[in-house]
Amino acid sequence: MNAYALLGIKLIGVSFGSMAVGLLFMGLGRKVTARIQRRMGPPFYQSFIDVIKCFTKTSITHNFVMDLGIIMALGGLIATAFFIPFANFSILGSSSVVIVLYLMSIGYLGMAMGVSASGNPNATIGISRALALMMGYEIPFVMVIMAMLITYNSSDLLTYAVAQSNGIGSWHIWKYPLGFIAVEIAFQAMVGEAPYDHMIAPAEIASGPMVELSGKYLGIGFLLHAVQLYVETGLIVNLFLGGASSWYVMLVKMFAVYFTTLSINAVMARYRIEQGIRHLWIWAGSFGLLQLIYTRIWG
Amino acid sequence: MEMDNLYLANLREEKQNMWGGLVNYFRKRSMWMLYYCTGCGAIELPPTMTSRYDMERLGMGPMATPRQADLLLITGYLSVKTLKRVIWSYEQMQEPKYVVGFGSCPINGGIYWDAYPVINHLEAFIPVDMSIAGCMPRPQAIIDAFEKLMGEIQEGKAIGYKRYEKHYDWYKKNQDAVLGRTEAVLKPWNDPFASNPSVDELMALEKGESNV
Ligand code: SF4
Repeated sequence: MNAYALLGIKLIGVSFGSMAVGLLFMGLGRKVTARIQRRMGPPFYQSFIDVIKCFTKTSITHNFVMDLGIIMALGGLIATAFFIPFANFSILGSSSVVIVLYLMSIGYLGMAMGVSASGNPNATIGISRALALMMGYEIPFVMVIMAMLITYNSSDLLTYAVAQSNGIGSWHIWKYPLGFIAVEIAFQAMVGEAPYDHMIAPAEIASGPMVELSGKYLGIGFLLHAVQLYVETGLIVNLFLGGASSWYVMLVKMFAVYFTTLSINAVMARYRIEQGIRHLWIWAGSFGLLQLIYTRIWG
Repeated sequence: MEMDNLYLANLREEKQNMWGGLVNYFRKRSMWMLYYCTGCGAIELPPTMTSRYDMERLGMGPMATPRQADLLLITGYLSVKTLKRVIWSYEQMQEPKYVVGFGSCPINGGIYWDAYPVINHLEAFIPVDMSIAGCMPRPQAIIDAFEKLMGEIQEGKAIGYKRYEKHYDWYKKNQDAVLGRTEAVLKPWNDPFASNPSVDELMALEKGESNV
């Protein structure tokens, strides 16, 4: 088998693998939320059933741009997943955090393009909220990444992961504690969990961007969220929690990150959008800035 | 009789499709509902959804818009004006779609049987797959109905949406008969749209050739 075919198989494997991991997390997440609310909750494979059901339904498209935008979003996020090292293994050999940040926004922009084309005002409100919130969490996030760039003089996620591989004591969570807090707050907003769930807000703007998605489009919407979970939890594990040397450690660490988010989500109410952005800039932003200054001077 | 034929045809279609049974499994285990809280019945849904009876066990959950939902819940009496919105919502839903009527009001009018703004038989306007008797049905009855509906989906019996497609003329006739009653009573004397102008009239109006 030649090298290209092998690479192709690996890429397809990562695409479906990231979806499967994300869907598993979503299902476990629903179970966790249910247990917090003292319910039984759905079985852990419920998200798989939901997505397959969505693909067996009829669906409505509004125009070509909607199809294109949604596929672009999925493509953008899967492309990001290729650059996330999974258990010290990166299929493309390089995994620059700058590329990850850059590709991740393609996913969001594709989503924005696709759902705005549906012409529903609720979708437009949802997207404008999502983009406003993006301004809120990307800046603190980039400040923390800059602190790491200063220390290592490299943007490679694998370098960071290898530097943390000498046991718990070497994890970045101790080296950049303020940065970790900033990123955790930003992560809450990235995955759109309360108190930053303005974008979906079912009771308020009828699930925002998803309002016009039916059948297969909704299925792709779920897959988008799944890949997004994979990418973002993977990113945090590689940045702060020491990467992993085997796949199950990696999965456990990724789920631990998501579990924290879910626990906060279960007990918080939603901010208003301007409160949300202010909160992100004041808290996540100042922690990120302090980390950057500290690393620049003493790091 | 007619209905039986439709059911048999559906069964035959599913037999030919080797994935039919599997697809039905996914459809029954993941029903997303759009609840149309028209009457008193909506009050029994919160206990059905929350910790006590926890409907999410069955893979059911609330959805925000008709586009995303599989299951339309009509929770109680329907006034003629609401009926119009229900029909719009139902027609926006994607197939396969199911309708459940809650309580005696959608079945035969219940205690509103002689009220002028309320319709008596929901199944004359949209196809109802499952009706729950009671005024109001308790959460146990609701969960029981959903389990029965799941069984029907698995057996390929819940084909209300196909009935609607096939007998659309009949449904449409019934809908028009009552919706005609909701036309505005007071009409401004020079409003060009008040008397349902024809397409030609509208086009003339747009070109400025008419001074209705
Ligand atoms: S059946 Fe009873 S509870 Fe339900 S809407 Fe009618 S009157 Fe109200």
